[in-house]
Amino acid sequence: MIGAALAVLARDLRLALRRPGQVLQPLAFFAVVTVLFPLGYTPELDKLRQIAPGVLWVAALLASLLSLESLFREDAQDGTLEQMLLAGQPLAALALAKTAAHWLLTGLPLTLMAPVLGIALGVPGSAMPGILSSLALGTVTLSLVGAVGAALTLGVRRGGVLLGLLTLPLTVPTLVFGARATELAIAGEGLSGALYLLAALAVFAVTLAPLAVAAALRIGSE
Amino acid sequence: MFAGLRFAVSGGHCLQVVGDNGAGKTTLLRTLAGLLEPDEGEVRWNGQRVHTRGLEFQREFVYLGHQPPLKDDLTGRENLRFGLALRGSLPASDVEPAIDSALVEVGAAALGDRLVRSLSTGQRRRIALAALRLTPARIWLLDEPVTNLDAAGQAVVASMVAAQLDTGGVVVAATHQDLGLAPERCPRLLLGRRS
Repeated sequence: MIGAALAVLARDLRLALRRPGQVLQPLAFFAVVTVLFPLGYTPELDKLRQIAPGVLWVAALLASLLSLESLFREDAQDGTLEQMLLAGQPLAALALAKTAAHWLLTGLPLTLMAPVLGIALGVPGSAMPGILSSLALGTVTLSLVGAVGAALTLGVRRGGVLLGLLTLPLTVPTLVFGARATELAIAGEGLSGALYLLAALAVFAVTLAPLAVAAALRIGSE
Repeated sequence: MFAGLRFAVSGGHCLQVVGDNGAGKTTLLRTLAGLLEPDEGEVRWNGQRVHTRGLEFQREFVYLGHQPPLKDDLTGRENLRFGLALRGSLPASDVEPAIDSALVEVGAAALGDRLVRSLSTGQRRRIALAALRLTPARIWLLDEPVTNLDAAGQAVVASMVAAQLDTGGVVVAATHQDLGLAPERCPRLLLGRRS
């Protein structure tokens, strides 16, 4: 079971390396959306600093969502998803491996980019550890919740909008606690409370989302 | 789609499913594979409902749909390696020699290191046959296994099916082409005749 899950993870990472464009698109989207705010709102760093938590989190959320639509779609089209459904392995483990690959290719790079983009929004250097840790935890939940949505909308043609409508409401707790953690980090206050809550959400998602994804994929394969 | 269907296939035997387009050949195979649930009735394997023995039953069979399950951006060899790792049926040290011999057997030795994207439909089919050859599964569910294959490729399928039956395996194939087996060894199931 673990060998099969690792094989899925390794395969998805290898495929991403063969097509780097697909991996870079959400990251470029994240960068462009974040940088639009100083241009469209105000160049004053004091004002930007106030909206920085919301901007960073909403942009990260949308960028993560952007890449989720194709999470299962390509596998469904070329028949490899069916191969996984019939591999004699627990489907939830394979779904978790695919989601882990998505996080490594989207959530992790987004997290690492956020402090750099934060500079454009007037975020002080002292807030960087807080931003990194809150986004690292939050993007895990985003990938997992999004994977459930991606699996549910697999049979829908152009399911991108539906995926957003389905997934975004479920990401509200992550958004609230994540933005709050970032706000506290910028203000230089202790943010461990918000981080614990983000971690709890991530654990909750890791435990339940793979089962939901597996169930959705089975229904979708009929 | 179809009703009143009742059949059994025992080890060493083949079942060739024939019928008009849309008669339900693919549906029947997908039902046997557990991808679809029958509205009525059940599929049994060794006397037990496959439904209750999901994962265990899955390891006993391999389903090859009409589209070869291959990733375009991987080479044939990488695809085969993934298939083996996914099913976990071979120890790591045996993987490469097994892939080599399977590729030779299906006449695709020169194709293994090319990206699947660059292969023709028939060549992809051959890689998929190599994957089939690599699984130790005793039951093969094949949907149109000889489509897009040239005469040599069709002969490969026929000999693979014969070898599978000789070792006590079971083959259920949906195809109109002759698999070159004696009729008593490979009865035909005709779908779609309502009378």
